[in-house]
Amino acid sequence: MNIINLILTDYTLQIVSLGSALLGIISGVLGSFAVIRKESLLGDAVSHSALPGIALAFLLTGTKNTEVLLLGALLSGLLSTFLINGISKYSRIKFDSALALILSVFFGGGLVLLTYIQKVPNANQAGLEKFIFGQASTVLLRDVKIIAILGTILLLLVLAFWKEFKIVSFDIDFAESLGFDTKKITFLLFAMIVTSIIIGLQTVGVILMSAMLTAPAVAARQWTDKLHIMVILSALFGAISGIGGTIVSSVVSKLPTGPMIVIIISTIVIISLALAPNRGLVWRYLRNVKNQRSIGEDQVLANLYHLYVNHDNEGHCHDLITINPDANLQQKGKENIQKQLEDLKKKGFTRSNSLDKWCITDSGIEYVENYFKEGEE
Amino acid sequence: MKKNDYIIKVEDMTVAYSTKPVLWDIDLDIPKGVLMAIVGPNGAGKSTLIKAMLDLIKPVSGKVLFNGESYKEHRKHIGYVPQSESVDWDFPANVLDVVLMGRYGELGWFKRPGKKDKDLAIDALEKVGMKEFADRQISQLSGGQQQRIFLARALVQDADIYFMDEPFKGVDAKTEGAIVELLKELKNRGKTLIVVHHDLQTVPEYFDWVVLLNRQIVKVGPVEEVFTDENLNKTYKSTGQILKR
Repeated sequence: MNIINLILTDYTLQIVSLGSALLGIISGVLGSFAVIRKESLLGDAVSHSALPGIALAFLLTGTKNTEVLLLGALLSGLLSTFLINGISKYSRIKFDSALALILSVFFGGGLVLLTYIQKVPNANQAGLEKFIFGQASTVLLRDVKIIAILGTILLLLVLAFWKEFKIVSFDIDFAESLGFDTKKITFLLFAMIVTSIIIGLQTVGVILMSAMLTAPAVAARQWTDKLHIMVILSALFGAISGIGGTIVSSVVSKLPTGPMIVIIISTIVIISLALAPNRGLVWRYLRNVKNQRSIGEDQVLANLYHLYVNHDNEGHCHDLITINPDANLQQKGKENIQKQLEDLKKKGFTRSNSLDKWCITDSGIEYVENYFKEGEE
Repeated sequence: MKKNDYIIKVEDMTVAYSTKPVLWDIDLDIPKGVLMAIVGPNGAGKSTLIKAMLDLIKPVSGKVLFNGESYKEHRKHIGYVPQSESVDWDFPANVLDVVLMGRYGELGWFKRPGKKDKDLAIDALEKVGMKEFADRQISQLSGGQQQRIFLARALVQDADIYFMDEPFKGVDAKTEGAIVELLKELKNRGKTLIVVHHDLQTVPEYFDWVVLLNRQIVKVGPVEEVFTDENLNKTYKSTGQILKR
């Protein structure tokens, strides 16, 4: 009850939650494209590499204004991707090595600069450490306004260039052959993904921002095979975790926002991986079991069919060990075959006589013969 | 066929990745209305040749002309069927979505495909025998079905010239037959088809024009004239690959 009361009455919390929700929506939408383009790791590099940009922006301008700091973040994030792409294009170093290299160099440099700033006199208690793990409580109304404006622009661009982003993400050569300027479209999409990362740095922090980009999209992909539904679901998951994480971290003192948001979105991912229909692990397990059983049944029925063909006499029935000749057959295996025969009987494909011997019925013969006919085509 | 009836001209084209030439000094004239195979050993530059002709790879020298126009000017009349392995088939889309992409070039900025585009896409799916799969998620398709979807996507473009990169790869015999029928039908309607092909055995049966390629053009012309053991040996000799015909 306390928590609900707090949300309804606490103005600051409302502002902060709104900011986190918007952030979740934006990173959910753009993250969907990062995930289907397999660029999640690049997002990780961009967010880590933003740190020295933030520190340098503060050192050069002496201001703590969020927009100035984030501009620095944007520039160093973009610089890092140019370096990564350049290294993998012009040297023999592969993309993943280049990425790991640049990410750690930039992040390390950022940490050095932050330590330096703390020692500078009159550094004004910059509070730049908040960018490492994120601190939603420092988000002000004007920050939320900036997020809202940028977010609206990003979402409108996604709507406007929907089919361009879709075709470039699926088949870039084909898009090029249709006459799309794939270089410009790819750059625009990438710049938008980077912007959505930068927007989240204050709340979630440079280390965990890539989770915010990737996790909602991965969870959403589990539930749907349609891109537009995936994007909407991803936005929804992002918003839920943004609000949830912010509230928990403001109720429990000393709990950083970024990690809390990430824990919530990770929970959504785990649930989605396990339970989503078709793609979920539980679902796949059940389907496997079902397949296994029907393969087993088909095998039993096929054996019965062969026995029938050899005997030329429909009335001739067989015991279990003839149907499934296996010298090592244990009690459990026998029960299994018995059960499969019973299941087939329910379908009308087999029948048993009084001596508990089994044979195939006419409809069973028809089933087997139709099945093989189809297979031969 | 008249001498000046060439629809595609490739002049002095060389393509190189770093310092090694992949294609070297290619001169090629392709007449209108042929069903042409590009044949050659692995690494001969077959896919590179069509990608360079489609401006997807920048050649270090040379040019390509379509009816005397550059590729950009002629792009509306050119269809492309990439190798089906070139994309991620776990992409969230269904069969109809992918075929509709063939219409994207016509739609222009900001426009979404409408009913007319959907009808065209369904027609194309019907031609490749995949109409009942329109709502199927693409990750559930077999290799042959993927290939047919790509063909349908090119068909909705209604181009005059089609480039196809190994359309028979990973395809069962039945699908291969269906695709060949489709290619022959397109040829009979006056289209020009340029197909990267791997199976030497089927060349005389499927195609009427052939390019023998091994970094350079070994021979080009009508299949019955050019597709000889002597020329094939010339094409494949540097590779040590055993010829099976």
